[in-house]
Amino acid sequence: MKYLPLVWSALWRKRPRTIFTMASIAVAFLLYGLLYAVNNAFNKGVEVAGADRLVVISKYSLTQPLPYSFLNEIRGIDGVAAVTWASWFGGIYQDERNFFAQFPVDAASYLEMYPEIVLPAEQKDAFLRTRTGAIVAKTLADRFGWKIGDRIPIQATIWPAKTGNTWEFDLVGIFDTADPSARGQYEMMLFNHEYFDEARVFGQGIVGWYIVRTRDPEQNATVAKAIDERFRNSTNPTKTDSEKAFNQSFIKQMGDIGLIVKSILGAVFFTLLFLTGNTMMQSVRERVPELAVLKTLGFGNTRVLVLVLAESAVLCVLAALLGLGIATVLLPPIAAKLPGFAGMGVDAQTFAIGVALAALLALAVGLPPALRAARLSIVDALAGR
Amino acid sequence: MANPLVSIRDLHKTYTRGAETVDVLRGLSLDIQAGEFIALMGPSGSGKTTLLNLIGGLDRPSAGSVSVDGARIDQLGSGALAQWRATHVGFVFQFYNLLPMLSAERNVELPLLLTHLSKAERMKRVGIALQVVGLAERAKHKPSELSGGQAQRVAIARAIVADPTLLVCDEPTGDLDRRTADEVLTLLQTLNREHGKTIVMVTHDPKAAEYASHRVFLDKGQLAETAVH
Repeated sequence: MKYLPLVWSALWRKRPRTIFTMASIAVAFLLYGLLYAVNNAFNKGVEVAGADRLVVISKYSLTQPLPYSFLNEIRGIDGVAAVTWASWFGGIYQDERNFFAQFPVDAASYLEMYPEIVLPAEQKDAFLRTRTGAIVAKTLADRFGWKIGDRIPIQATIWPAKTGNTWEFDLVGIFDTADPSARGQYEMMLFNHEYFDEARVFGQGIVGWYIVRTRDPEQNATVAKAIDERFRNSTNPTKTDSEKAFNQSFIKQMGDIGLIVKSILGAVFFTLLFLTGNTMMQSVRERVPELAVLKTLGFGNTRVLVLVLAESAVLCVLAALLGLGIATVLLPPIAAKLPGFAGMGVDAQTFAIGVALAALLALAVGLPPALRAARLSIVDALAGR
Repeated sequence: MANPLVSIRDLHKTYTRGAETVDVLRGLSLDIQAGEFIALMGPSGSGKTTLLNLIGGLDRPSAGSVSVDGARIDQLGSGALAQWRATHVGFVFQFYNLLPMLSAERNVELPLLLTHLSKAERMKRVGIALQVVGLAERAKHKPSELSGGQAQRVAIARAIVADPTLLVCDEPTGDLDRRTADEVLTLLQTLNREHGKTIVMVTHDPKAAEYASHRVFLDKGQLAETAVH
C-alpha cells in the first residue's frame, strides 16, 4: 500500500492519455459484460432444463405437428412417469414489436410437469376452471400493465379462430419462477389447449410437441429410444431428446451465440492488447530517467518490475471495473424491454472472469515494459543513452 | 591513521562503444576518510563521474576494488548492491532528478519506502530532513512549483533522509546561479561539518570546490593531484 501514491502518480503523468486508455478498456469490458449477459441468457434455457424431462417432436421438423393420439401410446411406454403437450401459437399482442411466446397447453399436466412455475393456488384453480383463461409471466404483466381480470386480445398469425382472427383470453393468473434468474426462460402466456383445439379453424387433433417426465433420469436414453421406436413406422415418426438437448438445438437455430460472442470479444481484446501495450511502453519510455532515479535510490530490479506491473494492473483493473459496473447498471432496464431476457444481468461469475481477464491483460501489456524497466542500466539511463 | 571510509585500489573501468574501447579509469587508487568533503575535479572525460558512479555503487569496475565502510561493493550482486545503496549512500544530481508528479515530501519519502518504518515515522523523518534544508513550508509543493535552488535542496533532503554514510553529488550546482549555488554548497558544508556526513562531489567549478575540505584532480583516468583546502 505504501507504494500506491508512487504507482498512482506515474499513472496520471499524462492525464489525457490515461483517461483515453481507461475509456477504451472500460468500453471493451462494458461490451464484454453486455455480450456475456446475452450469452448467459441464451444458455439459461439449457441450464433450467429438467434432467428428467424429454421432448418429443416430429422427426422432420419442430414445426411439423404430431397427432394427439400419440398421448396414450407415450403414456404406456415403460419408464414414462407423466406426459403433457404444448403447441406454438405465434400470435401478436397489439404490435409485432411486443413479441412474446404463447402456448396452448393442458393446464393441469403442464403445471405439474413444470413445478418451477410458481402460481398461487386460487389462480391455478381459476386457470383449470376457466375455458378462455390464460396465465402470464409476471415480467410480461409488469411490461404491459396487465392485471387479473383483464381481457387480452391476441392476433392470430397461424391459427385463426372460428370467430375471427382475434383470440381473446381472460387473465386469471400471473406466475413467477422459483429461480428469479430463470424469468427470461418462462416469459410466456399459457392458455387451455381444449379451448384452442375447439375454436381454431383447422388442425383439430394435433399438438406441437410432447413433454415426457421419466421415472429415472438415468433411463432417459432408453425411454427416448423406445418412444421413437414406437412411432418409427407411423406416418409421423418422432425424434425424442432430453429437454437440455432440445433447448440447445433450438438455440443453435439462431446461430452459435457463444462463438459469435467470443469472436467479437476476441477481436476487441486483441485490439485492446496493442492499444494498451503501446500506451504502457510509451509511458515507461518517457520515464526512463525517473525509473533510473528509483534504482539509484535502492529500488532493486524486482521492485521496479513490480511497480510497473502494478501500474498496468491499476490501469486495466480499474477501467474493467468501471466497464463492468456500467454494464451491471445498464442491463436490467434494457432487459426489461427485451422479450425473453427478463432478469438478464452481469452475474458474479461473469464479473469475476472479467476481473481475471483484466488482470491477464495487465500482465500481457505490463510485462514487456516492466522487464525493460527492470533491466535498465542506471548509468546509461541517467546519461540519457 | 584510521581506516578510510572509502578505499579504492587499482581501479579500472573500460567502456565499449560499438567497435571502440575506452579506458576511462586506469589503475586509480584513492582513500577517503570518514567526515571528509572531497571535490573531484578535472577536465571533461577525465573519469570524475565514472569514479563517482563506482563509489556510489551505480556501476561496476572492470578491475580493481571499491570498499566502503569495510564492504567490498564491487563484489556485491545486483540486489545486494541496490540494498546497499538504499542504506549507505545519498545521491544529489545536477538536474535534481525529482519525480515531477510527487510533492516535495513524497519525493523525500522515496528512500524510506524501502525501510520497515511506519507511515508516521516516515513522515516524521521527512519533516526533519525538509527542516534541515529549510524547506518545511514547501513540503506539499510539486517540483514544478519550486525554484532550481529549492528543488536541489529537496533533492538533498531526499539524499539525507535515510541517514546514509556517504553523500555523492554530481555537479550539484551545475544548473544554478552563483547565489543559489552558494546556498546549496553552504548547506552541503553544514551537513559535512555539523552532521558529520562524508561527501564526494564532482564539480567543474573551482568556487564550488572551495567549500570542500579536500580537492582531488583527475586526468585521463588517473589521480593527478590532491590538495587540502
